[in-house]
Amino acid sequence: MARILKRTELAPKIVELVLDAPDIARQHKPGQFIILRPDARGERVPMSVANVDVARGTITTVIQEVGVTSAKLCAMKAGDEVASVVGPLGRPTHIEKFGLAVCVGGGAGIPPLHLIAKRLKETGNYLISILGGRDKRYVLMESEMRAISDEVILTTDDGSYGKKGFVTVALQELIDSGRHLDYVLAIGPPMMMKAVAEVTRPHKIMTVASLNTIMIDGTGMCGACRVSVGGKTNFVCVDGPEFDAHLVDFDEMMKRLRMYRTQEQLAYERYLQHAGACAG
Amino acid sequence: MTEVKEKKAKPKGMTVPRQPMPELPVEERLKGFKEVALGYPEEIARIEAERCLQCKKPVCIAGCPVNIDIPRFIRQIVEGDYQGAVETIKKDNFMPAICGRVCQQEVQCEAVCVLAKKYEPVAVGRLERFVADWEAAHSGGQVKLPTVPPPTGYKVAVVGSGPAGLTAAFDLRMAGHDVTIFEALHRPGGVLTYGIPEFRMPNYIIEANVDFLVRLGVELRCDFIVGLTATVDQLLNDYGYDAMFIATGAGLPKFLYLEGENLCGVFSANEFLTRVNLMESYKFPETDTPLIVGNNIAVIGAGNTAMDASRTARRLSKGRVRVIYRRSEKEVPARAEEFEHAKQEGVEFFFLHAPVRILGTPDGWVRAIEVQRCELGEPDESGRARPIPVEGSNFEIEVDTVINAVGTSSNKTLFQSAPDIQRDKRGYLVTDPATLATSKPGVFGGGDIIGGGATVIKAMGDGRKAARAINEYLKTVPPKRMQR
Ligand SMILES: Cc1cc2nc3c(=O)[nH]c(=O)nc-3n(C[C@H](O)[C@H](O)[C@H](O)COP(=O)(O)OP(=O)(O)OC[C@H]3O[C@@H](n4cnc5c(N)ncnc54)[C@H](O)[C@@H]3O)c2cc1C
Ligand SMILES: Cc1cc2nc3c(=O)[nH]c(=O)nc-3n(C[C@H](O)[C@H](O)[C@H](O)COP(=O)(O)OP(=O)(O)OC[C@H]3O[C@@H](n4cnc5c(N)ncnc54)[C@H](O)[C@@H]3O)c2cc1C
Ligand code: FES
Repeated sequence: MARILKRTELAPKIVELVLDAPDIARQHKPGQFIILRPDARGERVPMSVANVDVARGTITTVIQEVGVTSAKLCAMKAGDEVASVVGPLGRPTHIEKFGLAVCVGGGAGIPPLHLIAKRLKETGNYLISILGGRDKRYVLMESEMRAISDEVILTTDDGSYGKKGFVTVALQELIDSGRHLDYVLAIGPPMMMKAVAEVTRPHKIMTVASLNTIMIDGTGMCGACRVSVGGKTNFVCVDGPEFDAHLVDFDEMMKRLRMYRTQEQLAYERYLQHAGACAG
Repeated sequence: MTEVKEKKAKPKGMTVPRQPMPELPVEERLKGFKEVALGYPEEIARIEAERCLQCKKPVCIAGCPVNIDIPRFIRQIVEGDYQGAVETIKKDNFMPAICGRVCQQEVQCEAVCVLAKKYEPVAVGRLERFVADWEAAHSGGQVKLPTVPPPTGYKVAVVGSGPAGLTAAFDLRMAGHDVTIFEALHRPGGVLTYGIPEFRMPNYIIEANVDFLVRLGVELRCDFIVGLTATVDQLLNDYGYDAMFIATGAGLPKFLYLEGENLCGVFSANEFLTRVNLMESYKFPETDTPLIVGNNIAVIGAGNTAMDASRTARRLSKGRVRVIYRRSEKEVPARAEEFEHAKQEGVEFFFLHAPVRILGTPDGWVRAIEVQRCELGEPDESGRARPIPVEGSNFEIEVDTVINAVGTSSNKTLFQSAPDIQRDKRGYLVTDPATLATSKPGVFGGGDIIGGGATVIKAMGDGRKAARAINEYLKTVPPKRMQR
């Protein structure tokens, strides 16, 4: 059980929650995630940690509403209790002084980048952040990312802010400009991470992606989160969440992410109807 | 058999048949998750109890992994002293309602029963369950609490809330220590909760046992993963625990690493059972965790897990459920009653076939499983006949769901932060067989985390043994909280 101390809507259907979770705050290392279960009937869903305040004993997570569970979490208010908050899960990001490090984040993938990027910077890397969103509203945590980055490149799909186009276009331009990239970290929708891997592959740039598979326990107990990496089965919750993006079978991963789509859509429609009925 | 003229009437054990367990009719079972075995009514329990010969030198006691005084509790049933019978069992086993339901009696106490040679063994397990259920029914839902001795000042951490952890917590609490159980999942019980289905092990029984511990003053912290939320050393140093019992089980699913194993529609039995039991996805969309059960299901393996998975699938799907096992019917490792129930419930068995690969549709779903016929050879290390694949005997079975129930291995999460705790090649704890002490002072271990997946009663026996050793260990160190 963990209390929500603060709730902020960052963009339409994107909510930031500050949770009272001192044990997790103390233990958390960049790259690790948590699992939340909103209520007694709820599903367990993995979420990243966008910020930590050890002194206050809080962790911050930014949730994008895509289905029932994320909707339930987004609808919670300050003072509410989340039935379960578990973590920190997964392996911390492997961080060393690579040289020129590029963090690529798409939409709800930006907040999960924050603490990793910060640690990369603290470790002596030159940090370029490429942050993209559908439009200006979805370029999340811009000021936090600016504060820790040496350079920031913004992109929007509609060109309403920063460069027009996907983050991969900006990444390609960066490579084409002749600068030598030593490390690329991508977090965002699977399609985006796959595209990033394809941009860096011909240049043999070390590229890491943080995978967002379906999970249940998050401790290696069920295997729901498995992915093929270099032809071998890995469990994202305990072996990851970060893997060599050039070895990940993104197509398989995307198929597995769609596995419960029929049920999920049904449940989400039901939820929205019910929520609508309550509001009306 | 030759008729021997006797003055005295033959003992009832020889003349009265073993009393069958009343069971839910198959049609009723398949409608939901109601418990299948209904338990003996009082009259039947008395008849069955009277079958016991009350041997002068009872061998059944040694057949029980925790040495319950079986003849005594059975005699107490004959005398109508059910409370006395429960107390006799609880001296050695504090969760008889659970063991009476899931112990593999046919290879333990009942296997050595003198009657078993010529007649049928006394139904020890069913009688155990009878008295446990009697107590629950006659205590208004809250079993009487024993008196906890005055506090010793010691704090003990129990990691994992399966049968090993729960048993150790009880014994340690009854020694007067402060006890905290740390559990990674959001509900306690270990395999009893997330693995064994409601139709075999109703949740209210586990809840009652956990509630009993909490009323005794045991602290339960769910959603706490030792190794991640806090390390072993942090618990021992910062949190001030004087000793620790590791009972983290063998919860990691094994995969066969077959081609096609990551297709949509392939699950580990752990995932399938966890979705159903822990997340209650059979109530979806009343609950939020979805479940996929196809119309043509293959379950690989024939242990208790495979029976639970296949019987669960039968309840949730109108289609066929086939168990694929590479050995023959004789080698089926599952509890006899569960195998029998699975057959009654229409699970089909495909013996002497090994899976070779799983074939998929272009959009990534399971389409079929390729199997190969096997013959049985000489016994292998496990003592069971070794299955030998027959070249060129491969064929495909069309299925849309594959559930993998081929076993489990140890979870490394705790140990990654505690390299000083010694483990064997397979990742299981190395312990002193007499005390279950690990290589780290003050840290003990038991249950499936030593030696791998075994039985509920073995786990409970370990919990008890370790608790005794922890009590001895604590006599040699001052309580940490006193040092502050
Ligand atoms: C390590 C990790 C970290 C994550 N961090 C964050 C985070 O910081 N913020 C955040 O908003 N989300 C994050 N996610 C994704 C998040 O877990 C899912 O969005 C969430 O589980 C969806 O649950 P739901 O019930 O709301 O939607 P569902 O009903 O389960 O799904 C609705 C739709 O979303 C798709 N979907 C389902 N699961 C995922 C997934 N894991 N990733 C992408 N799409 C999915 C489905 O295909 C479906 O179309 C993370 C996932 C992982 C594994
Ligand atoms: C489906 C199935 C059916 C079975 N049927 C039978 C049967 O009929 N009869 C029988 O005798 N046996 C049966 N068994 C075997 C039996 O259930 C196990 O031998 C027994 O549960 C082992 O008990 P345990 O206490 O060692 O561990 P478990 O019951 O596995 O419990 C371990 C607990 O520790 C928790 N944990 C793990 N790591 C951590 C950590 N780092 N921090 C905190 N908590 C942690 C886990 O979440 C879990 O709750 C069955 C097993 C399965 C899987
Ligand atoms: S989420 Fe269950 S094994 Fe990874």
